[in-house]
Amino acid sequence: MLGRPRLYTAYRQEAQLLPTWTQKVICTLFVAVLFLLPFELPVISHIPLVRFLGDNDWMRPMALMMVLAIAALGLNLLAGVAGQVSLGHAFFMGVGACAAVYLGGSSGEETWGHSLPIWIWLPAAGIVAALVGVAVSPVAVRLRGLYLAIVTLGLVFLGIHFGNTSWGRKIAGPPALGREFPGLDVRLWKEETPLINVEDDGHWLWFDVTDLQKRYLFLLVLTIAFTLVAKNLTRTRTGRALQAIRDRDIAAEVMGVPEFRYKVIAFAVSSFFAGVAGALFSALSQRILATDFGLFLSVEFIAILLIGGAGTTSGTLIGTFFVVMVPQFVEEFTKWLDRAEGGLTEQLARFLLTEGDDFGIINTAIQTPGWTLSVFDWNIVLFGALIVVFLIVEPLGIFGIWVRVRNYWKRWPFSY
Amino acid sequence: MVGTAGARLSAVDLRKGAPMGFLIGALGASLIFGMVQLANDPALFFQTLMKSLGLGSVYALIALGFVLIFKATQTVNFAQGALAATGALFLAFLVQKRSVFTEGESVVERAGHIPFTNISNPLDNLGGPQWVHWSLSVVVALAFAAVVGLVVERLAIRPMIGEPLFSVAVITLGLEIMFRVFNNDAVEIELRPIGVPWKLDGFRVGDAFINWSFVAAMITAAAAFVAVYFFYRSRLGIAMRAVAFDQEAAMAQGINVGRVFAIAWAAGAVLAAIGGIFATQPPVEQQISVDQSTANIAFRALPAVILGGLDSVTGALLGGLIVGVAEIYAGQYAAANTSWLGAGYPLIVPYVVMIIGLLVRPYGLFGTPEIERV
Repeated sequence: MLGRPRLYTAYRQEAQLLPTWTQKVICTLFVAVLFLLPFELPVISHIPLVRFLGDNDWMRPMALMMVLAIAALGLNLLAGVAGQVSLGHAFFMGVGACAAVYLGGSSGEETWGHSLPIWIWLPAAGIVAALVGVAVSPVAVRLRGLYLAIVTLGLVFLGIHFGNTSWGRKIAGPPALGREFPGLDVRLWKEETPLINVEDDGHWLWFDVTDLQKRYLFLLVLTIAFTLVAKNLTRTRTGRALQAIRDRDIAAEVMGVPEFRYKVIAFAVSSFFAGVAGALFSALSQRILATDFGLFLSVEFIAILLIGGAGTTSGTLIGTFFVVMVPQFVEEFTKWLDRAEGGLTEQLARFLLTEGDDFGIINTAIQTPGWTLSVFDWNIVLFGALIVVFLIVEPLGIFGIWVRVRNYWKRWPFSY
Repeated sequence: MVGTAGARLSAVDLRKGAPMGFLIGALGASLIFGMVQLANDPALFFQTLMKSLGLGSVYALIALGFVLIFKATQTVNFAQGALAATGALFLAFLVQKRSVFTEGESVVERAGHIPFTNISNPLDNLGGPQWVHWSLSVVVALAFAAVVGLVVERLAIRPMIGEPLFSVAVITLGLEIMFRVFNNDAVEIELRPIGVPWKLDGFRVGDAFINWSFVAAMITAAAAFVAVYFFYRSRLGIAMRAVAFDQEAAMAQGINVGRVFAIAWAAGAVLAAIGGIFATQPPVEQQISVDQSTANIAFRALPAVILGGLDSVTGALLGGLIVGVAEIYAGQYAAANTSWLGAGYPLIVPYVVMIIGLLVRPYGLFGTPEIERV
């Protein structure tokens, strides 16, 4: 089959996880690099991008990326595969985080908690979120398109307000302060020394690992597991039913796909992913804050899908990398410019940077209200601009660009 | 195979009865509750009624902007809040007294100098009473807002003609995010007073105190709805309805679809700016200044649009009023025994009302159900 990658002689063959040998090899290498990335190794540490992504400072955004990837995969199942665009993904993340902190957090005068280990609170976060998703779906199934988007947007506001109620305060802590979240340590029950210590520096196998690296590796394993689940789901009967509903819901129903049941399933699975991701999201920052799970986070997932390419697993992962890392790159680039001395870079720095009194676009002073935005503000502007530009220029996202490039070389030297 | 949305969902008819019963029950209960409160304290009831109608008018104004844009371009403009804040900010910059800021003052020091009452206006040189200056400033600010709407439409929306509707909606979300950064940046950390002539003043009817801003909001909303009513009967309005019905067919009939888009966006931006100006006054806010939360008014008004139906002008008016009444009455009468609901719970009442309303009518009270063919 090496010369004819598109020749399928059986359905099994077409539905394979990685149909071609090239994909198998590249995927294996890619996963291996992801695992070895944090360590100082002879070859891996010299690949251009990997070289600094493996730095300890970059482990935090990398770990955040893993968490957001899980949530984005969930939204991809709902919005990309089943075509039900939801702006309420952050709400389900918040539900998961609340369930997790209720089970895993410590109880006190102002807070409720049961101090249970991670193997209880992490699945529970997903299950509770999935149940809430099922509870919401009777409303959601009746609505379509923009009505659905706005109702799910309403869920986000209801969720944030939950942080203000007396129950919400007990679970998620005071509205502005939040509450300490249990770490990722794996315990068998409530014992002192954890079974797998993820929160402190230590020694795994024959490597010294910092706490950030540990969290990254822990989340990487989870992300790979969830990617497999998501990918497998799309190539089973359920996945095909969801795609049929996305492409034309009435036609799907005529062909015998029970629309209601499959939409509920889509909501449940997507919320499960979101719930787990929400719990991990709070665990990563070790603090749950109700206002974190707001509209901006929801839009971030929509942006991930649009930029990466909706409906495709690999596109979702690429989109997550893009959305999480581009702001980091911009920040890093600004810092690098600020330090630049002599030559073209200093001229560029003089043009771009300012400390509030001279010409420039990016303000590097600490307190920066007023014109000349800080890097953080520019990153938000860039985020909004990326959404707009991608939708206007390349609606299929980075995955679409990749498909075009691939097809060009596949047909080369012919143009079609 | 032709079926309406209702027939298509006949498999889930079971869930239809319960919400309808719930709705009728809720309406009856609130009616009885209202009668009891009216008998108890008529002045408070009347005051609350005027307040809620004022808020409802603000919501209706914003909702009308949503509906105008939806009817022409078939998309929800999530950037409406940002446009509202932008319009109000223009007004703030027009009426702001700049001379009180001296060079080298820190932002915190400057914040202390904000003239809350004294309106100083670049148009002061004209002479005459101050409310004339203020009204002129409003007109200029609204014109600015219209220009912003036109620019946004030309750059971001026009290239998307013929693309999936949801893509356009997400573009407006991206715009909202970008606009918000610039607005918040323009606000800095201080409040930007917009110099409303009636300030927090009001008048008394018996024991009931009614702010002038309630009356102003109601009059503006009434004027806007009458204007839109006649607009839809004009030549251009009919063209707009034709475009909403079928872009391609309208184009074939010689209607300039691009121009219809542009006009809808300009009108939507103006309505948003008017809403933004009212969003800084009671009953929405008390400070009569633009701040970073002014843009939230659009998200608070979204339930009104959805409840009334995205494509119905009547729906915008009634949805706005219903939501406004629900929010204010919930805040007024339920506050005593609902400490567990937490601070600011009236703000989410509109969303609860919207979800219940959608359970009964998935396309809003006056929205047109989509008829689908395979």
